Amino acid sequence: MLTHAKIETSNTLMIVLTLLAVSVGGLLEIVPLFFQKSTTTPINEVVKPYDALRLAGRDIYIREGCYNCHSQMIRPFRAETERYGHYSVAGEYVYDHPFQWGSKRTGPDLARVGARYSDQWHKIHLLNPRDVVPESNMPAYYWLDRPLNDPAIGGKMAALRKVGVPYTDQEIAEAPKALEGKTEVEAVIAYLQGMGLALKQSR
Amino acid sequence: MDLNFTSDLVGFWNLYVVVIVAVSIIACGVFLWSQSSADHRPGEVTGHVWDETLEEYSNPLPNWWRWMFYITVVFALVYLALYPGLGSNKGQFDWTMRGQYDAEMKAAEQTYGPKFNQFLKQDVMSVAANPEAREMGSRLFQTYCAQCHGGDAGGQPAFPNLKDGDWLWGGTPDKIKETINMGRMGIMTPMGTKPDMTAEQVKDVVAYVRSLSGLESKSGGSAEKGKELYPQACAACHQPDGKGMQAAGYPNLTDKVWLYGSREETMIETVTKGRQNQMPAFGEFLGEAKVHLLTAYVWGLGGGVKAESVAEAAPAEQK
Repeated sequence: MLTHAKIETSNTLMIVLTLLAVSVGGLLEIVPLFFQKSTTTPINEVVKPYDALRLAGRDIYIREGCYNCHSQMIRPFRAETERYGHYSVAGEYVYDHPFQWGSKRTGPDLARVGARYSDQWHKIHLLNPRDVVPESNMPAYYWLDRPLNDPAIGGKMAALRKVGVPYTDQEIAEAPKALEGKTEVEAVIAYLQGMGLALKQSR
Repeated sequence: MDLNFTSDLVGFWNLYVVVIVAVSIIACGVFLWSQSSADHRPGEVTGHVWDETLEEYSNPLPNWWRWMFYITVVFALVYLALYPGLGSNKGQFDWTMRGQYDAEMKAAEQTYGPKFNQFLKQDVMSVAANPEAREMGSRLFQTYCAQCHGGDAGGQPAFPNLKDGDWLWGGTPDKIKETINMGRMGIMTPMGTKPDMTAEQVKDVVAYVRSLSGLESKSGGSAEKGKELYPQACAACHQPDGKGMQAAGYPNLTDKVWLYGSREETMIETVTKGRQNQMPAFGEFLGEAKVHLLTAYVWGLGGGVKAESVAEAAPAEQK
């Protein structure tokens, strides 16, 4: 019989039982999601793996900490869908490793920012937001207008392939070439412009 | 929409969830019961001693506390009966996140829908004359348009001023609506249609184009030489007279309105590198009623062109 005295005096037993107790929630709420169609298959053919330039842009997005102020998750409330568009669904994120959902909105949600502004607007806005939105409190990322240098891009794509993103050998081999002559800001814009195109209407 | 949004917890995974949920709730209940029914005598110690003299009483949980735990077990069972949670079981209330959202949207549609839709029956010019519609249009503009065109619709370099009566693609209600619905793509190729221009020739062309608007040139370019280059380099789009072609979005070079500013350096850059600009499409996102209000708002900012004047002009041209 597992008595109080027995559990408290055995480190191993204590650890095993604690792990068992805390894993119930995860086993229940997380594990089934790895095997459901709605979370593992793209919502439609618009959802595609990031090409090399977008992936490089995604990594700059992470490097600059964009996720600290911008979420990428539109919740199913009218107040959100009126402004941002259709609420986000799991099948849109199947190639995101890791997700950039974020949890804080100092700036607006970016889940459907793709095609909402012109490339030119994004460039001006990223380099100095006040040039287009005078009241903006977003920092200026003026250094992004410099050559993109991402020699590890092929390795990154190969690593993503290991977790299920269907990159072909050819795509990986051609990745460094796709980044030639590009600037960091162009990569970020390519990333942003591809975001959330799978569901365009507001509901 | 038959998109695959909702949970598809079926077969094994349904059973998996049901079993874990059921077992953990039952286990909580049994554990509580076993603890409260155990033989506890007040004042008795467990026999466990720490730090030489530290002992532990073997008292049961206080009743109020124990019952609170029982209530959580009962709550969980009632919750799972009413709401989704036990595998694919929908629950008595048949509640879904999507259903709640749809209900919220439906309620909003009933409240606000008629307010938006009432203007759809009126033509853009009468809507523009309605103060309430203008107020609504203004709010929409501040939400969806101000980021580029500015809060006062005055534009900024690369983003057109919407109230000056100068239109790249046309200022009639239909054209404005088309622009908002479908978006626009404005492309100027580097060096126009004469890709072999030298830097000096670019300056000449710019000097000539500036002279069309009465602007001086300080770059050393010759407007005389530019005039000779213009037909080859620019006229295909901007037309021989420099007035452009609104139907195709080719800007008028003679109206003293400069999308990127009138500095000579900027114009040299435009000719040398070309320009690529875009108005994003909003039709699908905003829907017909809101686009109609926005069209009226933009049209009524002061620069709108009357629909009739086009209708009048067209037959006149045919003569």
